[in-house]
Amino acid sequence: MNSKVMDKIATAIFILIAIIITSVLFGLLGYIIYHGFSKLTLDFLTSPSSSFREGGGIGNQLFNSFYILFLTMLFTIPLGLGGGIYMAEYAKPGKITNIIRTCIEVLASLPSIVIGMFGLLMFVNLTGWGYSIIGGALALTVFNLPVMVRVCEDAIRSVPKDQKEASLALGITHWYTIRKVLLPSAFPSILTGAILASGRVFGEAAALLFTAGLTTPRLDFANWNPLDANSPLNIFRPAETLAVHIWAVNTQGLIPDVREVADGSSAVLIIAVLIFNLLARWIGSIVHKKITSSK
Amino acid sequence: MKVSIGTKNRIALKETEDYKVALKVKDLNIYYGDNHAVKDVNMDIRQNAVTALIGPSGCGKSTFLRSINRMNDLIPIARSTGEILYEDVNLVGNDINIVALRKEIGMVFQRPNPFPKSIYNNITHALKFYGINSKKKLDPIVEESLRKAALWDEVKDRLHDSALSLSGGQQQRLCIARTLAMKPNILLLDEPASALDPISNAKIEDLIIELKKDFTIVIVTHNMHQASRISDNTAFFLNGDLIEMDKTDKIFTNPSKKETEDYITGRFG
Repeated sequence: MNSKVMDKIATAIFILIAIIITSVLFGLLGYIIYHGFSKLTLDFLTSPSSSFREGGGIGNQLFNSFYILFLTMLFTIPLGLGGGIYMAEYAKPGKITNIIRTCIEVLASLPSIVIGMFGLLMFVNLTGWGYSIIGGALALTVFNLPVMVRVCEDAIRSVPKDQKEASLALGITHWYTIRKVLLPSAFPSILTGAILASGRVFGEAAALLFTAGLTTPRLDFANWNPLDANSPLNIFRPAETLAVHIWAVNTQGLIPDVREVADGSSAVLIIAVLIFNLLARWIGSIVHKKITSSK
Repeated sequence: MKVSIGTKNRIALKETEDYKVALKVKDLNIYYGDNHAVKDVNMDIRQNAVTALIGPSGCGKSTFLRSINRMNDLIPIARSTGEILYEDVNLVGNDINIVALRKEIGMVFQRPNPFPKSIYNNITHALKFYGINSKKKLDPIVEESLRKAALWDEVKDRLHDSALSLSGGQQQRLCIARTLAMKPNILLLDEPASALDPISNAKIEDLIIELKKDFTIVIVTHNMHQASRISDNTAFFLNGDLIEMDKTDKIFTNPSKKETEDYITGRFG
């Protein structure tokens, strides 16, 4: 067989694989959104869920998901950035750095249910908080941190070395160079990575089952005092997130419209993750343009 | 400290001539791990003159240049011994304030490396670090530096455009301007024109000749013609040894070492 024919066959195979992957993806997306679409009403998105009657919504779950996501990113981004800067700029190649790197990789590949059990021990039992938003957010921080460290490290390392040399050669300190040259150049990739990680966190269920819990108290959305038990902002209350809700109604739901609620929740979840991904690309490219061209 | 005069690497310029020494290099050795990259180099670098470092790739000339403002510190496995005396301070020592040193001994690299910021902010980046923040103080420094680097007329109407919109030659002159804004005493140039077209190259060469009135310049170059056109003294490196250093005319017309002659006439390298 001559090389031209081989080349054509290889091209055809790769195109076929690409078609299979995209059609599976679109099929899945289409199926979930098609089934859940009828549920995507304002009422469904805002009303509280019901435990045995028909017609409950996902308002609280949606709020919980975003609140836990916000807190998780609040913890993860500074820690991840610090870790990434250390790994990219300060860690000297050697044994200790290798050990740290291995730890990060192991942590990144831990199954999320294991992180959930760890969270149960640490943030639920040891602290005595019980199932709580803060416990869930901390468990998700453990889940998300290695990815964030990796994202920040890679972003900083991918800044051309000559940029760093240029700044240092002008008689500028390492730290100022990191702040004013490396981080601004790395910012678009860090932002993109953070938003993609957000999508992962938003859809995570296993790590939250035993940390944030399966219930949500009756919330009063007029009460924004974070110390009150029925305030949505209270971080010590249990909180069922959207992803956990999907699992819960499917396995132990008593409501007659289990199927509809699950379909609707799945559609909302997948649309949210999709939006995170599109946002990541869009904001990333805008920021990149803004930073590289002046002002 | 014992200085071994008369070893094959001890090559100073004739003492009778009247000049000031900006950098005095004594028994400098640089290692990358087990690789002995620069061997027992002794050299005087004249003030307000252009000193060219020539030699084949891997001969240690860039390593030598980068050791002057301690850029080799970025490479974890690099270490050096010996002395580089600058105003009676040994730059090789561990107690050197590297940040202050690099402000006085600036460096321009082979590939133009402007920051992805505006032309104006490329120059103010380091000034702001040193606490100069007001536009009133920054504006004249920006203009003066760009004028000195012969770039002002080309960019004065678009100072706030991205530096990446400039041509390669303009970018390199911007990098020189950025270094000049720090008012250094010594300029280290690491093949500053090798990535540029002939016209940009000629502009950089004119600029270097102009700049030696105010600065001491050390330039690494692969281009023999460039070395002969712009430099006052030339040092020839081979395999980490400083083979010969003399006035540029002498090196290019009547070198005393056979290796130098072979290299200059293009027999190797």
